Amino acid sequence: MAEKIRIGVFVCDCGSNIAGYVDVKELAEYSRTLPNVVYVKENLYTCSESGINEIKAAIRQQNLNRVVVASCTPRTHEPLFRGTCEEAGLNPYLFEMVNIRDQCSWVHMQEREEGTNKAKDLIRMGVAKAALLEPQESIKSEMDPNALVMGGGISGMTAALALANRGYQVFLVEKQAQLGGLLLKLDKLAPSGADAAAFAASQAELVQKHPKIRLMTSTEVREISGYIGHFKVTAASGGNRDQFGVGVIIVATGAQVLKPHGLFGYNGKRVITQLELEDLFRKDAFSAGNVVMIQCAGARIEERKYCSRICCMVALKNAIQIKERSPGTGVRILYRDIQAYGTENEEIYRRAREMGVIFINYDVSNPPKVEEEKVTVAHQLLGRELDLPADLVVLSTPLVAGEDNEAISKLLRVSLDENKFFLEGHVKLKPLDFATDGVYLCGNAHYPATVREAISQALGAASRASIPLAKGVMTVEPIVSTLVDEDACRGCGLCVALCPYGALEIVRTEKGRKVRVIPVACKGCGVCAATCYQHALSINSYTDEQIGEQISACLEAQG
Amino acid sequence: MVSNDVLVIGGGIAGIQAALDLAEMGIQVHMVERLPSIGGKMAQLDKTFPTNDCAI
Repeated sequence: MAEKIRIGVFVCDCGSNIAGYVDVKELAEYSRTLPNVVYVKENLYTCSESGINEIKAAIRQQNLNRVVVASCTPRTHEPLFRGTCEEAGLNPYLFEMVNIRDQCSWVHMQEREEGTNKAKDLIRMGVAKAALLEPQESIKSEMDPNALVMGGGISGMTAALALANRGYQVFLVEKQAQLGGLLLKLDKLAPSGADAAAFAASQAELVQKHPKIRLMTSTEVREISGYIGHFKVTAASGGNRDQFGVGVIIVATGAQVLKPHGLFGYNGKRVITQLELEDLFRKDAFSAGNVVMIQCAGARIEERKYCSRICCMVALKNAIQIKERSPGTGVRILYRDIQAYGTENEEIYRRAREMGVIFINYDVSNPPKVEEEKVTVAHQLLGRELDLPADLVVLSTPLVAGEDNEAISKLLRVSLDENKFFLEGHVKLKPLDFATDGVYLCGNAHYPATVREAISQALGAASRASIPLAKGVMTVEPIVSTLVDEDACRGCGLCVALCPYGALEIVRTEKGRKVRVIPVACKGCGVCAATCYQHALSINSYTDEQIGEQISACLEAQG
Repeated sequence: MVSNDVLVIGGGIAGIQAALDLAEMGIQVHMVERLPSIGGKMAQLDKTFPTNDCAI
């Protein structure tokens, strides 16, 4: 005989956030009338220390074996309440959360009675489901203690060195023959004035000599399967293919420079990009009497709306370079807005002005025109056209997303933003992690960054990636797909084809072709269970029976 | 004897994140905050850009 179900319901006021808009007293009274409910408590803040202690005390004193909290969103508070149950000796998966804040008090602020009735419906459904909940155990899986770093620019090299210095084996894959990425095309780095190529070379030497880094240049990643802890990687170089396993992956594939064909008369000779100007510096081939730089060339316009962030500072740096090399050369920077945030960049901006660099604001609707030997621009304050002498025009072009980003995003099942840069898991909570566990990003692959920012991000990504590596064992929520009826499974593979996480596979068993769940890869989305016409697959804590009971409870008229 | 513990000075968002990441790696962290509660400037904000998540 199964243990008798004893459910405790905790109704949260959330201060006035819930209690101000729905009748929580009535909800508490109503909850007492529901089947299997033996204890009800209204809390001012269920998530506060006193609220938590009340849950724990009730579990012990009332012998509760199911807990329902009617409060806010499980996204933020479910882990807390599950932990509370666990601390009181109750399996954390015998907990059910009902969201009466977002779904009732917030959206029905003006309809107290209807909002209260809806909250009753939701609580009744939560209680109905809770009665059928079963204990679950967390899933554990060991980690492969090594990492793949994709990209050998400054971000990738920094991340690889950081992980290798912690003792993890790193596979560093670079598409080009040489390490260094964009650094190889730069002259000096601001604000230190360090030589970019020399810096790249010194980092590359550290990478090449590191016993924990296996460097693969002229190599591309072709296939990635698996999940955090156990990714299987296939890399190809020429005709050779190489397979290896890694626990985590860092994407540091960088970005590319927009070639401004068709913009402002770009021809690579008199009208060049900032990178081509730096190339002239490096070859000591710079010579010009008057230089005009045009900012936002191909950026912050209709077809490319974003700001590439770094181009203002590149222009400031190179304008100062010109003035230092050739003080008599006139330098005029035509800009829309100057981004020189932070004390050091502001100082560079001030220094450029002191050295005689002239800044002229232009309007995007009336952009500068590059003509023979001059550039004309409509001056905003003077209200007339200025003719600026120019024997060299330098365009500040944005960085654009890498050409392989779409292919890589498919390999890794990670997202890109609207500009095809890689998209982080959350702007603030997971800025260096992808939404997919075990995959991290840094540097220009994410968004244009200065060298210093790229290095910070690379160190951060390496640090985040070393969290699961340091743990050595992965613990995953057990709310995953389970093959509950093996005999029913016909091995059709429909679920395998639809699984967005690669968490299902077809295996040969004594009973024939059957599906197998890879629990650590499963996110519990439920696509497989919904697809399986044989009802062979089920999601823990979201079984057909539990959901069916919830629906029945929903359709019941209120007593 | 070498101690593997880490001291984090400051319990604002930077200190909190550093402490959490270190603790997740299995390292004992000691956090020192001058004020009675942690959270720093972040705890004084309402919503934060661009997601408009509640800052606290």
